Amino acid sequence: MDEKIGRRERLDRGIKVQTEGIYAISSWRGIAYSLFPTVSFVLGMLIIPLVVPSMTWQRIMTIACIFALLALSFDFLAHFVGIVCLGGAFFTGVGGYISGVLNSAFGLPMVITIPIATIAGGAICTFFLLPCLPIRGIYFAIVSLMYPLLFARVIQALELFGGTDGLPGLATFPNIWVELYFIIPMTLILTFGLRRLVNEDFGIVLRAIKDNDQAVRASNINIAWYKTKAVFIASAIGCFAGACLAHLYGWVGLSLFALDFSIFPIAATVVGGVGTLVGPIIGAFILAPLSEMLRAFGPLRVVFYSFVLTGLVVFKTEGLVPFLQRKYHQFERWTEI
Amino acid sequence: MNEDVVLQVKGVSKSFGGVKAVDNVSFGVFKGEILGIIGPNGSGKTTLVNLITGFVKADSGMVLAEGRKLTGLAPDKIAGLGIVRTFQIPRPYHSLSAVKNLVVPLYSSRIMHTIGGKLGDRDTVALDILEEIGFERDAHVPYKLASAFSEGYLKRLELARCLALRPYVIVMDELFSGLSVSEITAMIPMVERLHMNGITIIMVEHRVRELFQIAHRVMVMNFGEKIAEDVPDNIMKNEIVRQAYLGVT
Repeated sequence: MDEKIGRRERLDRGIKVQTEGIYAISSWRGIAYSLFPTVSFVLGMLIIPLVVPSMTWQRIMTIACIFALLALSFDFLAHFVGIVCLGGAFFTGVGGYISGVLNSAFGLPMVITIPIATIAGGAICTFFLLPCLPIRGIYFAIVSLMYPLLFARVIQALELFGGTDGLPGLATFPNIWVELYFIIPMTLILTFGLRRLVNEDFGIVLRAIKDNDQAVRASNINIAWYKTKAVFIASAIGCFAGACLAHLYGWVGLSLFALDFSIFPIAATVVGGVGTLVGPIIGAFILAPLSEMLRAFGPLRVVFYSFVLTGLVVFKTEGLVPFLQRKYHQFERWTEI
Repeated sequence: MNEDVVLQVKGVSKSFGGVKAVDNVSFGVFKGEILGIIGPNGSGKTTLVNLITGFVKADSGMVLAEGRKLTGLAPDKIAGLGIVRTFQIPRPYHSLSAVKNLVVPLYSSRIMHTIGGKLGDRDTVALDILEEIGFERDAHVPYKLASAFSEGYLKRLELARCLALRPYVIVMDELFSGLSVSEITAMIPMVERLHMNGITIIMVEHRVRELFQIAHRVMVMNFGEKIAEDVPDNIMKNEIVRQAYLGVT
C-alpha cells in the first residue's frame, strides 16, 4: 500500500496573527491578505452597475442599494445596540414624504431635500420611537411596526399630501449613472462609517448596552440617551434611503409605508450574516435580484422565494459573511503522521 | 463624629408584594471604614444594596450621601456621585474584551468631566486599572473576550469597573461568592488596598470567616430587619445573631 496515512491539519491563521486592535504587518503579502476582502467588496460594489446586462437590472441594483441601507440600519440596531427595530417602512415613509413634500410644495432641488429629509426624518422617527426606548424586549419591535400602518392610515383618511394618489412629478436623477454612482458610494461610506463607529468608544458603549444594560447604568451612563442617539443614526439612514427612493420613482405614495421595507431588510440581514454590517449589504444584493429573477414563476414567486430563503437559513445559519470570513482565515492541509 | 458619616441610611423599607424585603433599616457608614453586612438567605441584603444604589425605589425612608439625598435618583446618577456597586452575579459585556469593558465606565460623564483626555487614551487607562486589579498586563489576557474569563476574573472585572469610576464608596454585593478559597485569599489584599486608598467599602457577604478578617464593623440582617451592629468580635458573641444566623443556641 502506497497510500500515506495522514490527517487534516487546520491552521487558524487569522486568530493567531491578528487580534482585535493589534496589527503586525510584516510584508506586502500580509497587507494584501488583510486588505483583500475589503478591497474586493468595494470594487465589486463599484463594478456591479457596469457588468449587469440591461437598464432594468441597473434599476434593480439601485433598489437593492435602498434595501441594503435599510438592512444596514436594522443590523446596526439589532446587533450593536440590542434594539429589534421593524421600522424600516416607517423610516422610508417619513424620509420619502419629507423629501417629496419639500420638492413638490416648495420646489426645492434634490440636493437640498435629501439631506433635510435625512436629518429631519431621523429626528421625527426618533421622537416617535422615544416613548418605548426605556422598555426592554419585544415592545420596541411592535411599536416600530405599528407606526408605518398608523401613518399610512392617517395620510389616507385626512387626505394629507395627496392622500391615496400621493405626490407625482417629483424631481428625478438626471440619468441612471448618476443614480447608481450616488447611491452605491453612499452605501459604502455608511457601511464603513458604521463599522468604524461601533469600534470607537461611543460604539463600545452601545455594544455594552446590548450585552448588559444594568451594568452600563451602574457605570454612570444614561442608557436612554445613548439609545436615542443610536436610533437617530439608524433612522436617519432609513430616511435617507426613503428620500432616495422618492426621487428614484419621482413619486411618493402610501406604498412607501409598505411592510416590505420592514421585512425584507431582516431577511437580507439573516442571509448575509447578523452583526457584520457588510453582510446585510451582500444579503440585499443577493435577495433583490433573486426576487426579480423569480418573477418568471408568476404567482408562485413567493413560494420559490421562501424555499431559497429557508434553504439559506437552514444550511448557512451563521450567514454568508461569517461563513466566508471563517473559511478565509482557515487553511487546511494534509500532514503525515 | 457626625461629619465622618459618608453614607446614612434612614429607616428604609421595601416590600415585594406582601413580603417585606427590607423593613425599616437604619445605619451609618463612616469615612474610610469597611462595613460588613451579613444575614441568612433572603434576609434582604441584596435589596439593601439595590436601595442604596438606586436600582430599586424605596417605599419609605431615605439614603443620604454626605448630606445629599440619594433616594429617587436614577442608578446612573448615583454612580456619577461616586457611589458604585458590584453585582452578585458578574455582569460583564460578553462581546467585548476586558480592556473595552473598562472603556465603558471611562466614557461616563463622571470620568469625562473630571479627567477628560488628560490621562492619555482610555485603552491605556483601562490597562492600568486592569493591571492594578490583577490582570497580567504583558499578556493577551486583557484582550480576551469577557465571555472567555473564569468566575474569579469576572469578579475582578466587576471591581475594576467600579474603580474606573473613581468612587469614594463601593458597595460590594457578595464579592467572594462563587470563588475558590485561593481566589478569595488573593482578593482580600485587593480589598484592603482599596481601603488604604481611602475608599469606604460596604461588603455584603456570605463568607463570614473571610469577612470578619477585614471588616471593621458588621451589621447583621434577618427577615429584612437589622438585628445587630457591632465590631466582629462582639457579633460572634451576640446571642441573637448566633440564634438567627449561625444556627447555634
